[in-house]
Amino acid sequence: MTRRGLVWFVGALLVTVLIAVVGSRYASSEPDGLEYVAEREGFADQAQDHALAQTPLADYGDNLGTDRALSTGIAGLIGVIVAIALGFGLFWLIRAPGGGSPDSTP
Amino acid sequence: MHIPDGVIGPGVSAAAGAAAAGGFGVAVSRARRYLTDRLVPMAALVTAFVFAAQMINFPVLPGMSGHLLGGVLASVLVGPWVGFLVVSIVLIIQALLFADGGLTALGLNIINMALIGAVGGYAVYRVAFRVAGLRVERVAVTAAIAAFVSVPMAAMGFVVEFALGGTIESLSVGAILIAMVTTHALIGIGEGVITFFVIGAVVKARPDLVYGAPTFAGTRTEELAS
Repeated sequence: MTRRGLVWFVGALLVTVLIAVVGSRYASSEPDGLEYVAEREGFADQAQDHALAQTPLADYGDNLGTDRALSTGIAGLIGVIVAIALGFGLFWLIRAPGGGSPDSTP
Repeated sequence: MHIPDGVIGPGVSAAAGAAAAGGFGVAVSRARRYLTDRLVPMAALVTAFVFAAQMINFPVLPGMSGHLLGGVLASVLVGPWVGFLVVSIVLIIQALLFADGGLTALGLNIINMALIGAVGGYAVYRVAFRVAGLRVERVAVTAAIAAFVSVPMAAMGFVVEFALGGTIESLSVGAILIAMVTTHALIGIGEGVITFFVIGAVVKARPDLVYGAPTFAGTRTEELAS
């Protein structure tokens, strides 16, 4: 990666972390579109509790025991780290043979 | 839009799981054709961004919110099949780590948001971008339109699944179809606005990194104009 590419990448990653950690505390807690329709049309009660509902990060940090904004922020940070790690791992594993194209520096 | 366990019966959920796994295999083999070394960090970054953006529910109606699905956003940035993998990874993380979206419903959610949202949404983008004249300054607005359309498309995926395997049979599928499409058309406006600003910013800063832009410096599996 060139210096310009690296600066761009780090900047975009920083924005992503800010959205997950800080932005998430301003998220609406109203039901989403599917939950809303499920309530109105009468199939909301079919939904079962999630099998992993008791795990620490369930519902974005609900079981962490800290205040909601902090829990959500921690969950967001962990999620971003896991997403970038899994994404990098998978995409590196399946990348095109031989690096793909000759212009392999961003 | 994340389907919990219990809403769709085990038969249809299992079939969707198998279809999603097959789609994952196809996506990996298609992605290998164009996923160059320089695209790998971008694809990982887009995965993290879609995860982060999906955390932000925005108000849509009194008592209802929506959040980005990110299918078109991802596929315009990194191509439809890497886009499929991006959204799938996000859904897997949400289901396994954050108990968001049922475990047995994972295949259904991948069909709706990754296959219909990213791959289907990119098909809409390609057609619309040809109509728009394949000009780089129209990438963002075209992506926004495709993103808007992709949300009710994904919602229709749910309705089909509910019609095939819904665990209550007394309900009117027609009423659910109308409710899903109208509410998700409203949510789609938010999807379009977010997609417009994100794609616009990336096209401005790094037009060479945007798969769906004519300025893309890498390889594509299919040309924009064909």
